Amino acid sequence: MKTGIYAVVMLSVSLSLAAQDAREILETVDKNMSSENRIFESDMIIHGRRSSRTIGSKSYSVGTKQSFTEYLSPAREQGTKMLKLENQLWIYSPSTDRIIQISGHMLRQSVMGSDLSYEDMMDDRKLTEVYDASLAGHEEIDGRDTYVLDLVANVDDIAYHSQKMWVDSERFVPLKQEMFAKSGQLLKRTTFSDVQKVQGRWFPMSMVYKDMLKDGEGTEFRISSARFDQKIPDYIFTKAALKQ
Amino acid sequence: MIRFLFKGILRDRSRSLLPAIVVALGVFLTVFMSGFFKGIMTDMIDMTARFSTGHVKVTTRAYAENADQVPIDLALFGVSELKKQLQAEYPDLEWTERILSGGLLDVPDENGETRGQGPAMATAIDLLSPGSKEAKRMNIQNSIVKGSMPQQPGEALISDDFAEKFGVSVGDNVTLFGSTMNGSMMFKTFKVSGTLRFGNGALDRGAIFMDIKDAQLAFDMEDAASEILGFYIKHPYDDPAAQSLANSFNAKYSDEQDEFSPIMTRLAEEAGMADYLSIAENMVGIMVFIFIIAMSIVLWNTGLLGGLRRYSEFGIRLALGEEKKHIYSTTIYEAILIGIIGSFVGTILGLALTYRLQTHGWDFSALTGNIGMMMPSVFRAQVTPSLYIVGFIPGVVAMVLGNALAGFAIYKRKTAQLFKELEV
Repeated sequence: MKTGIYAVVMLSVSLSLAAQDAREILETVDKNMSSENRIFESDMIIHGRRSSRTIGSKSYSVGTKQSFTEYLSPAREQGTKMLKLENQLWIYSPSTDRIIQISGHMLRQSVMGSDLSYEDMMDDRKLTEVYDASLAGHEEIDGRDTYVLDLVANVDDIAYHSQKMWVDSERFVPLKQEMFAKSGQLLKRTTFSDVQKVQGRWFPMSMVYKDMLKDGEGTEFRISSARFDQKIPDYIFTKAALKQ
Repeated sequence: MIRFLFKGILRDRSRSLLPAIVVALGVFLTVFMSGFFKGIMTDMIDMTARFSTGHVKVTTRAYAENADQVPIDLALFGVSELKKQLQAEYPDLEWTERILSGGLLDVPDENGETRGQGPAMATAIDLLSPGSKEAKRMNIQNSIVKGSMPQQPGEALISDDFAEKFGVSVGDNVTLFGSTMNGSMMFKTFKVSGTLRFGNGALDRGAIFMDIKDAQLAFDMEDAASEILGFYIKHPYDDPAAQSLANSFNAKYSDEQDEFSPIMTRLAEEAGMADYLSIAENMVGIMVFIFIIAMSIVLWNTGLLGGLRRYSEFGIRLALGEEKKHIYSTTIYEAILIGIIGSFVGTILGLALTYRLQTHGWDFSALTGNIGMMMPSVFRAQVTPSLYIVGFIPGVVAMVLGNALAGFAIYKRKTAQLFKELEV
């Protein structure tokens, strides 16, 4: 009898510690991946069924609610800009000189034929704000030890109900991420690589997003320049800036 | 003897009128219902062909596999060369290219920002080339509610329901937002030349029709198209001919190893169309089957009643020495004559009503407006050569069958009891 009670108490304590550990891991991941503000220059390589395209862009973000992206190349995309304020998204098209708000089901559409949806690009919230984490074990990815975390959403307004995340146990950056629907269907898989130390934090400079419901090789995202905690003028995050 | 029987039928109408009316009514219903359903099914198939499938359709193999998603990135390249080959090798058909794509139709305010928007299905057809039959094929001119056909590049027609919902007037600008063939963002502003209503929920919710050249420019589809449709010039859809055509084309041009090689599919291969075609083909047979079964039962009953009423007559004829076989055969001859008279009248009436509905139609737009299926809002019957015989032969057969079954009662009469029965 005594042994049984001891086992239950130990199990409860170890589960609680595991949950605490998982939360701490996730908080450390957030510290690496999120910042007060940041400026990225990147190339998005979209592998289509017929050919591949590379789209260059520069993006500015403040917190999780404001971001502004300007597409720099190729010529077809040059000058196209996207502005996100809170949960609203606008796109500026230089060819028509129009600002179009994207809403409803369109947010789930692919951005420029990539494996990313507008919804994916908009949701910059910290993982600890929207997911409860539990530690599922350890695995090795590309020779590096990782924590395997199971994340379950604790808010309703989220694109993926649950995630499985492999976190580098030394650098605390995700190396692999799988996103699931409420039904349990795997929707997206992201792999992270080229982890570099940028301004005192570890950050993956290369990612591959794969929409598991689409054929193809996925979309590569390569960051050529990442700057954190920069001064970004407020006017950047206005609709007026879209037409400039 | 036929003249004798005919006189009997005309003079003793009490024994011929009811069966003749029953046969006429049955034949009338068979002819009319066959023509009516045949007309509806033919119209539905024709409408689907004109709006969506063509009689045959050429796409890439990859596009054909995902056709329900209208995947513009899997469209055909080298369309002008392919069309030339199709026209040269298959001159019985008229070939035309189309572009289809889903997107968002955005209505700007005075500052060029979004005032309203909704999902839209963009259809690009040859609207501006002189001699193009596409607008007529899709009945666009007659479907215009306000405004007019596009007269120049940059003009488009939008669904009247969408225009009403977002307060868009003729002459206003709307922007179509979607993806190009390469996956880039596509923005194209069109001037609304008019609004359309087809009377079909699927088409009227959020449609935009533009000229194919505008679409090729907007979607980065130079010399490319979603599909090339083929329509038989001299006759309606003919499945065996279409099958043979598709086989010949695919053997020559389609490559299983290349998902972007062209493949020809026929109308019957589109989702659900095989069933429609089968029903349309067999509609006459179905109606005749129902008619013969139902009418035989009714006429059997009528024959039994007639036999009962003529019980004494048959008794006297048997008593006078007429053979049972002869009485039975005269009953059958009578049935043939009554069947012919009834079938003739029924066929005339049925053809008349079918012809009336063929020319004037029956407007069901109030009921079909919100139906997602592609079906006509005015139902039209169709007079076909088969209607001339579809009711006539079964009418006679059913009458003969009914009387043949009822006439067996003659053989049950016993000559020894005849005089006793006739004394009553």
